[in-house]
Amino acid sequence: MNSVPSAPLATASTRPRIQHVEMRGIVKRFPGVLANDHVDFDVQAGEIHALLGENGAGKTTLMKILYGMYQPDEGEIRINGRPVRIASPRDAIALGIGMVHQHFMLVETLTVAENVALGLPSSRGLLTDLDVVARRLRELGERYGLVVDPHAYIWQLSVGQQQRVEILKALYRGADVLILDEPTAVLTPQEVEELFAVMRQMAREGHGLVFISHKLHEVLAISDRITVLRDGRKIGTRPARETTKEELARWMVGREVRFHLEKEPARPGPVLLELEDVHAESDRGTPALQGVSLQVRAGEILGLAGVSGNGQRELAQVVAGLRPVTRGRVRLLDQDVTEASPAARMDLGLAYIPEERMKDGLIQEFTVAENLILRDHHKPPFSRKGFLHWPTVYAHSRRLIQAFRIKTPSVKTPARYLSGGNLQKIVLARELAREPKVILAAQPTRGLDIGATEYVRERLLEQRTRGAAVLLISEDLDEILVLSDRIAVIYEGRIMAVMPREEATVERLGLLMAGVEEKEKG
Amino acid sequence: MEGLLEKVLSLSVLLGMLTSGIRLATPYLYAAIGETFGQRSGVLNLGVEGQMLMGAFAAFYVTWRTGNLLLGLLAAVVVGALMGLAMAVVTVNLHAEQGISGIGFYLFGLGMSDLLFQKLLGTVRTVEPFPDLPIPLLSDIPLLGPVFFRHNVLVYAAYLLVPLAWFVLNKTTLGLNIRSVGENPEAADSLGISVARVRYFTIILGGVLSGIAGAALSVGLLGVFQQNMTSGLGFIAVALVYFGAWRPLGVLAGALIFSLVNAMQLWVQVLGVPIPSELAVMMPYILTIVVLVLTVSRARPPSALTKPFEREA
Ligand SMILES: Nc1ncnc2c1ncn2[C@@H]1O[C@H](COP(=O)(O)OP(=O)(O)O)[C@@H](O)[C@H]1O
Ligand SMILES: [Mg+2]
Repeated sequence: MNSVPSAPLATASTRPRIQHVEMRGIVKRFPGVLANDHVDFDVQAGEIHALLGENGAGKTTLMKILYGMYQPDEGEIRINGRPVRIASPRDAIALGIGMVHQHFMLVETLTVAENVALGLPSSRGLLTDLDVVARRLRELGERYGLVVDPHAYIWQLSVGQQQRVEILKALYRGADVLILDEPTAVLTPQEVEELFAVMRQMAREGHGLVFISHKLHEVLAISDRITVLRDGRKIGTRPARETTKEELARWMVGREVRFHLEKEPARPGPVLLELEDVHAESDRGTPALQGVSLQVRAGEILGLAGVSGNGQRELAQVVAGLRPVTRGRVRLLDQDVTEASPAARMDLGLAYIPEERMKDGLIQEFTVAENLILRDHHKPPFSRKGFLHWPTVYAHSRRLIQAFRIKTPSVKTPARYLSGGNLQKIVLARELAREPKVILAAQPTRGLDIGATEYVRERLLEQRTRGAAVLLISEDLDEILVLSDRIAVIYEGRIMAVMPREEATVERLGLLMAGVEEKEKG
Repeated sequence: MEGLLEKVLSLSVLLGMLTSGIRLATPYLYAAIGETFGQRSGVLNLGVEGQMLMGAFAAFYVTWRTGNLLLGLLAAVVVGALMGLAMAVVTVNLHAEQGISGIGFYLFGLGMSDLLFQKLLGTVRTVEPFPDLPIPLLSDIPLLGPVFFRHNVLVYAAYLLVPLAWFVLNKTTLGLNIRSVGENPEAADSLGISVARVRYFTIILGGVLSGIAGAALSVGLLGVFQQNMTSGLGFIAVALVYFGAWRPLGVLAGALIFSLVNAMQLWVQVLGVPIPSELAVMMPYILTIVVLVLTVSRARPPSALTKPFEREA
C-alpha cells in the first residue's frame, strides 16, 4: 500500500481533447413550457462563451442537456464534428464536459478530497485513496489558482471556496469544457474578480468555458463571445468586442431598456429619517456601526455605497428596529424611535424592503395574497373582529398583482413557486401600497433580471418623486449612481463622506469604499 | 436485606452480569449495525423487528429439521435478504414513505413468524444452540478470560462486525458512496453514483444482519423459538443507531450499556431482590428513553434520511 502511482486524470488520457462542442436545433419541452426552441450553440477550446438571458430564458435547461441531465426532444450534439449521445452526467464527464451547478452539488459532511473522489475509481481498488486525491488537488489548485485545503469539510468553507471545489471536481475529472451556471450570483465583488482570473487561466490552458449569467457588465467583462436566449429561443451570437450593453439588453428583454432613467430634479423637503452617532454590534458582538450620522429628506434618495460587510446589514436592521443600538439616536418624522418596535416604526410610515427577501420579507409557504397583506392582515378592511375577510384580501391582491405586474398563476399560489423577481415585486407591492413616508431599501435589485431591476428602480424613483424619503443601501455602484440624489459611503461602520450625486465619480467612490480618507478641500 | 445486597454485589455475580451483558448485546449489534448502514444511506428501516422475527424463526426451524446450525444461520440470511429486497423495492422504486412501510414489514414479520410457528412447529421446541468456543489461552485468563473469551461464534462475530463496519464506512469507496447518498443524493447522482443501487445494497445488508440478529437470539443464545420472542428488541436497535450518532462505535457503546442494564435486571430477579419484576423489566427501556432524550440533540442525522430520491425530469 506504500508506493502508489499518482492517479491519472480520470479519462483525459484516453480520448482526444475537445476542440469544439456544437449543439444544433435543440428542442426541449416541459409540461406547458417550451424551454428550448431550436437552439444552436457552440463552444471552442480556449474561449469563454457567455450564455445570457433573463430568468426562465432556458439557459440552465440547454446546459443540462449538454451535461446529460435532460434529454433533448429534438436536435443533436457534436464533439469535434462527431455526433454524440449524452445519456447521463456520467457520459458527459467521460466525454470531457463538466458543469458547476447554480445550486452546488456538494456533500457538506464530507471533506473536499472526499467530494472530489466521489464516484471515481480509486487507485487502491476498494479502498479510498484520499491522500493521492489530495496531492493531485494541490497540483491542480496551483496550476489554476484554486487553492483550498483538501482536508477541510465543505460546511467549513465559504460559498466562494465551495465554488472552487466544484470547479476542481470538474477539472479533476478531466473536463475540457466547463459549464458555469450563474457562478457569480453568490459571490462578493472580490470573489467575482478571483473567479474571472481562474476562468481566464482555464481558457489559456485550452479549456472551453460556458459562462451563464444575466448580468451584462460581467458578461462583457469576461467573455469572448456572447449568445443571448429569450423565451427559449436563441436571439443571436456576437463577439463581445462587437456589441454593446444596450444591444444585449434589447435582445434579452425584447424592447429598449433605459439605462438612464428619466429623473426629475429632486425637491428635497424636511428631514424624515435621521441617524445620530449610531453605534451597534454585529451578530458576533464586534463593533459594526461606529458613530453613523445620516439624514434623509423627503423627496430624495440617499444612496449608501460600500463593499459588502462594512455595516450595511446592521445599519438596515437598526433603522428597521431589528437590531438594538448601543449608542446614538434614530429619529423618524421628528420622533425618537431608538427604542421603538419594528411595528411602531411601520405605523409611523416606514417601509422596509429587506436584503434577504426569501428569509425576512416573505413567508415562502404562504400564498401570494397572504404575503401581500402580511403587514396589515390584522386591520380593517382585511380583518374584521379577528376574522380575515377573504373577498377583500383577494380583490386587493389582484389589484396589486396587476399594478406591479407580478407573474403568478393565481393569488392562491404559494410564494415559493415564484421567481426571485416576482417575489421582490410582492415585497415591493406590499410595502409601497401603504404609501410610506420613509423607505428603507436594502439591495432591492440583487439577483433580479434586467426587466425586474428596471421596474423596481422606476418604482423607487416614483416614490421619491411622490415625496418619500428613500435610503437606498446597495453594493452595486451602478445602481447607486443611477438612482441617488446624494451618496454616502460606508467603510468599517463609519460614514466616509456624503456628497451630491453630481460630485460623485466611480473613482472617488471606489477610493472611499476602500477606506481611503479624503483630504479636506481648501 | 444486607445479605442480599452483598450477594448482588459479589464478584462472581458482577462477572456473571458482565458475561451475560456481552452475550445479550449480540442481537442488538447485528441489527443496529445493519440499520446504521441503511440510515447512513438515507433509509430508515423500522421493519428490523419483523426481519429479526423471520430470521429467528427461519434459523430455528431449519436447525430443528436438519440438526445443522450453519444451515439454520444460512436460512436466516436468505430470509433477511428477501425481506430487505422487498423493503428496497417498496421504498426505492415505489418511493413509499419509509416509516410506514417499515411498520408494515414489522407487522408482516410478526404475523408471518407466528403463523409459521403454529403451522410448522405447533408448540415450543428446543434445539441445541451454537456451542461456546473458548478461545485458547485467552479464555484461561483468571476472572476476565471467561467473561470475554468463552462465547459462541455468533457473539465473537458481532463484535468483529463493529470495526469492520467502521472500516467499510470510513475507508472504502463503498462507504464514501453510502455516506454521500445519505447526505446529498443529488450530488452523488450528478457524479454518476447510482443512488438506487447503493440503497438496495444497504437495505438488503440491513435485512441480512437483522436476520442474523434473529438467529443470534433463537439459535445463538436460547435454542428456542417463541411467538414475538424479540419483544421490541428490533425497535431498540433502531434507537441505538440514533444513540450511537450513526457511528458503529457509538452503536457498540449503546448496545453494551443497554445490555448490561438488561443483564443486571435479569440477575436482580434471579437473586430474588424484592422489587416488582415489571419494574425491573422496564429498566432498560426507561434507560433508553432517558439516554435518547439526553443525547438526541448531540448529533445530526444524515440529511437525506427518510427522503426518497428521484432524478428530476
Ligand atoms: N424540470 C423542469 N420541469 C418543468 N419546467 C422546467 C424545468 N426546468 C425548467 N423549467 C422551465 O423551463 C423554462 C426555462 O428554465 P431554465 O432553463 O431554468 O431558465 P434559466 O436558467 O434561463 O433561468 C422555465 O420556464 C422553467 O420554469
Ligand atoms: Mg438558470
